[in-house]
Amino acid sequence: MKLPVKMTINGQTHSHEVEPRLLLVHYIREVIGLTGTHVGCDTSQCGACTILLDGQAVKACTLFAVQADGARIMTIEGLAKNGELHPIQMGFWEKHGLQCGFCTPGMIMAAYQLLERYPKPSEEQIRHQLEGNLCRCTGYHNIVKAIQWAADNMPAKR
Amino acid sequence: MYPAAFEYHAPTSVKDALKLLAKLKDDAKLLAGGHSLVPMMKLRLAQPGHLIDLRKVKGLSGIKEEKAALVIGAMTTHWAIESSKAAKAKLPVLAEVAGIIGDPAVRNKGTLGGSVAHADPAADWPAAMLALGAEMVCEGPKGKRTVKADDWFVGLMTTAAKGNEILTAIRVPVWPAGSGAAYMKFPHPASRFAVVGVCAAVTLDKQGVCTRAGVAVTGAGTRAVRARGVEAALTGKKLDAAAIEAAAQKAADGVDVQADLQGSVEYKAHLCRVFARRAISEAVKRAGG
Repeated sequence: MKLPVKMTINGQTHSHEVEPRLLLVHYIREVIGLTGTHVGCDTSQCGACTILLDGQAVKACTLFAVQADGARIMTIEGLAKNGELHPIQMGFWEKHGLQCGFCTPGMIMAAYQLLERYPKPSEEQIRHQLEGNLCRCTGYHNIVKAIQWAADNMPAKR
Repeated sequence: MYPAAFEYHAPTSVKDALKLLAKLKDDAKLLAGGHSLVPMMKLRLAQPGHLIDLRKVKGLSGIKEEKAALVIGAMTTHWAIESSKAAKAKLPVLAEVAGIIGDPAVRNKGTLGGSVAHADPAADWPAAMLALGAEMVCEGPKGKRTVKADDWFVGLMTTAAKGNEILTAIRVPVWPAGSGAAYMKFPHPASRFAVVGVCAAVTLDKQGVCTRAGVAVTGAGTRAVRARGVEAALTGKKLDAAAIEAAAQKAADGVDVQADLQGSVEYKAHLCRVFARRAISEAVKRAGG
């Protein structure tokens, strides 16, 4: 039996009827059409599907859309404002924080929460906080540098 | 990966959740954070006909301070415990355990109650619950009852909870002054589950003699267990390096160590001893010994 769900994604309200077994990541990608959120491992390990749900980073492959009924969601598409990249996106650009780019949306959403919780993170903190995001290209060094760049270039109050 | 189809329920009270459970019986599973159950459903290792989501049930989240205990709602997330001022002040080992479960995104959704009710043999919480002497508060059709951690973890992914009950809270006793506790694990590099994890808690008197010890091992066997041989070897002694080393040698005694992809029985038994030594040493240091 389909159930109604209503949630706000990147500031826009969406209402649909969905099967309870529809995963949130498939709802976002296939029903809403926001394909920036990726499906990597599909087993809650790689973090490519990381989004913010009510302000907290979560793996959208491990939640059903019905569990997000009433939630406020932000995906990678919600970061840039008026064509201007977010400082974290700029950091990945400046420090070459990606190669193939598949893990990048998840990395950036995880970094978003990281910088909210630890505005001036140490390298160790960055690495510990990124444990749920796997990158098979970069060896992480430039991702860490990208997040440090973002921490240094973040406006004082967002 | 798509799980098998199911019907979804989101009751708003324990009473309503219990009613649904009584009606749907074994065809229903309770959903907390979903970070154990949903992966199992995606792999079709679990195919419940109904999910009863507890996220809207009032009163199941948060940490309450009692005189000599923290009472943690079953739906309290790992992150809420990791970042809790009360936990850091009264039982910092809880924040320590929470902070190394899975990864930050998992900790945002995964819950203490979900972990304890799921009883994964490699989960981190069971070792802490056993070592600290926690109690599980269950609600059923006949009211509340409390189950000691020692009686809770009965086997592989099996607890003492009855099919018509809901785990609503976990009461963790605050250990007296002069106590220290630590949790150390060898994490699987991808899942961060414990290949082996050991939680140790000790109380030292003014002379530095151990008056009480709680030590438990997770990951090695089919369920987390108390390392009673280690506890007995610690109690009544001054815990210098030699005493700790001697006690830690008993860490795999009584554990049904299982060989798996991560290692042989010998290797995992060795990890029990190594991580027991490390956890006890740190606990003693934190107790001021």
